Amino acid sequence: MKVKKEQKPMDKGKKLQSIEELESLQQQAFDRYDPLRKRVRICMTGCLAHGADKVRDALVEELENQGMSKDIDLVETGCFGFCAKAPVVAIDPEDIHYQRVKPEDAGEIVSETLGKGNIIDRLVYFDKKANKRLPYTQDIPFYKRQVKHVLRNCGRIDPKRIDHYLLNDGYKALAKVITSLSPEEVIEMIKKSGLRGRGGGGFRTGLKWEICRRAAGSPKYLICNADEGDPGAFMDRGLLEGDPHSVLEGMLIGAYALGARFGYVYVRAEYPIAIDHLKIALNELKSLGLLGDNILGKDFSFHLKLKEGAGAFVCGEETALMASIEGKRGMPRPRPPFPAHKGLWGKPTNINNVETFGNVPLIILNGSEEYTRLGTEKSKGTKIFALAGRVNNTGLVEIPMGTSLRDIIFDIGGGIPKGRTFKAVQLGGPSGGCIPGDHLDVPIDYDSLINLGAIMGSGGMVVMDSANCMIDVARFFLEFIQIESCGKCIPCRIGTKRMLEILVRITEGEGKEEDISLLKELAEGIKITALCGLGQTAPNPVLSTIRYFLDEYKEHIFEKRCPASVCVPLIKFEVNRELCKKCGICKKVCPVGAVSWEKKMPAVIDKNICIKCKTCIENCPAQAIQ
Amino acid sequence: MSNLDITYISQILTGYKSMKGALIPVLQEVQNHYTYIPEPAVDLIAEALNISPSEIYGVLTFYTQFYTQPEGKYTIKLCRGTACHVKGSKSILEAIERKLGIRVGETTKDDLFTLRIVACLGACAVAPVMMVNGDYYGELTLEKIEGIFDELQAKECKSAKT
Repeated sequence: MKVKKEQKPMDKGKKLQSIEELESLQQQAFDRYDPLRKRVRICMTGCLAHGADKVRDALVEELENQGMSKDIDLVETGCFGFCAKAPVVAIDPEDIHYQRVKPEDAGEIVSETLGKGNIIDRLVYFDKKANKRLPYTQDIPFYKRQVKHVLRNCGRIDPKRIDHYLLNDGYKALAKVITSLSPEEVIEMIKKSGLRGRGGGGFRTGLKWEICRRAAGSPKYLICNADEGDPGAFMDRGLLEGDPHSVLEGMLIGAYALGARFGYVYVRAEYPIAIDHLKIALNELKSLGLLGDNILGKDFSFHLKLKEGAGAFVCGEETALMASIEGKRGMPRPRPPFPAHKGLWGKPTNINNVETFGNVPLIILNGSEEYTRLGTEKSKGTKIFALAGRVNNTGLVEIPMGTSLRDIIFDIGGGIPKGRTFKAVQLGGPSGGCIPGDHLDVPIDYDSLINLGAIMGSGGMVVMDSANCMIDVARFFLEFIQIESCGKCIPCRIGTKRMLEILVRITEGEGKEEDISLLKELAEGIKITALCGLGQTAPNPVLSTIRYFLDEYKEHIFEKRCPASVCVPLIKFEVNRELCKKCGICKKVCPVGAVSWEKKMPAVIDKNICIKCKTCIENCPAQAIQ
Repeated sequence: MSNLDITYISQILTGYKSMKGALIPVLQEVQNHYTYIPEPAVDLIAEALNISPSEIYGVLTFYTQFYTQPEGKYTIKLCRGTACHVKGSKSILEAIERKLGIRVGETTKDDLFTLRIVACLGACAVAPVMMVNGDYYGELTLEKIEGIFDELQAKECKSAKT
């Protein structure tokens, strides 16, 4: 379906020869933009899982039918952040926020809101605490507490259009760097900003750049690690899909600072939309001459290629990633030599994460000092988190470093659904740990999270409630590690296998008294001896659950009981008559008709029919099935 | 397999002969065309890129996205990431297995569905989630699973009749 766009795309095919030509292109974008014009924005990335494409088609059709397609623009954007309310649609210039929009709503949105300026109450966010409807984006608590710096354009611009990016100070930082800063000065600015790697490790970006700049060897390579493999993380996906140019601008600045002539963006293949948007952005840059030889007529050349991953978690590890680009199995190698000295094809190489690059243009444009105003002493700026799991407002969140976990989960995230209670939050994926309720007030930064036995990681934040079993979570991560371990070193390949076997027997009711100490012993050994970060951090989810949820391990081992009713062999599939609310939901949801229930009577499960699918347990409001 | 048209493989290879690190992109292109890596492709690639077939098998079995058997018409990629796990994706997986009568990695007898799990689709906010070919399905429940596959099967029955 053809979609009416707000402006004609700019003249392409002409390579920009100078800074002045870039500035004139920026001016053109600005001149064509009318801030008062009516616009409908719709997320065409994450919201697709809820049929955003059908809503888009319906809106296009209605605009056409009601004769408004010439006056109103439809902008296909990236993620707004509030995925829990998908599909999300916004109306400009007022920034009205509509949620859970269905194709059937399109007619009314066009006639009422776009035509007459009336707000449609049923599509508006309802704040239960304040007991009122909040039609405007800026008033909704989910957005109110956030500081969108890196995500400033996500959900606002069409990521497939470079003119939209140019309109929002796009490539101004690049122009500044090329015209007025030496590579050393750029590195100095990044160092002063205190920016640390957003991929998880937290290494100081400026220092990393300096080491690579000083390394002998040519050519130098610059790689963007977009192999966001941590399950439960989608920050990089959000940024690449919603604003790919901000990342590419960060890379161009990095290439200038390092003296890198060639670069790669290594994206995991599970992100087809991100790949698509990156391809479009790269083509635009090439056709404008912002990639290639003598960029903007200067003595600066940078060639950038897209590399699609092929489904291997370990390729997020930098040496494995480089092996994969070289066409080999993605297996890590010992460091040193570090990539800065001996990286891709044996040449000096610098690898940064997507979000790290996304921060770079901001530092250059606004200055290091401005950048350091947000954050804690040792962790500056903002951090994007992917809020998921058992929390009301799942989505993409950007907050200043130093915000507490409680603020994210309960204020922005809106707390725990279904009337259950918070149990833990998992940070840092398979390398991280689970933090319990007692520590929710700690301000988030790289160092505080390590003290708690977790890590910042790339920003995945999975919330768990009373119906989640922590031993099952530990087992889940080790199963993941077992699938993803490359098999090169023994501690990771066999050590985590032994740990998994112990966890399997604990969750199946065969746990032994010595299992906890055995797990700890294996964990410590693997941490010290594994070859790469994947193996060295693999025991963390187990260690952190033992640290904070030892009682739950003991209940599994000694009482053969899973208090959260997750581990199937330990569940009796019986209804606790005292807890049962006699509501009959279990009967309604049972897929095989194993539950009998009559009004005002507790339910009864027929074990001969029951297939132990746990649907009843999932849906029981009283956690009465045990 | 005997009537497999391998001319396309040679066509792909001409574009990659001088490129460094070409193996993975070549395998990706071959798979995009055939839905899997056919055996004859390995020998052709080995010759063109001057790599041994064993090395190619090493690479293609290392990465989870390469398949050595043809895919069904629909590839189901069920996410088994953390967020999906804590929201019950294991039960969803079991429900799909029951519904289609296949296990992970298998294809239904009518060659319609292949069931695969992926580490994470990055759509955690709408967990549990799966992709069927290019389409995302979020906030899955056992009920939704029934509906989605009933609909796809009905669509296929209808197109088979016409």
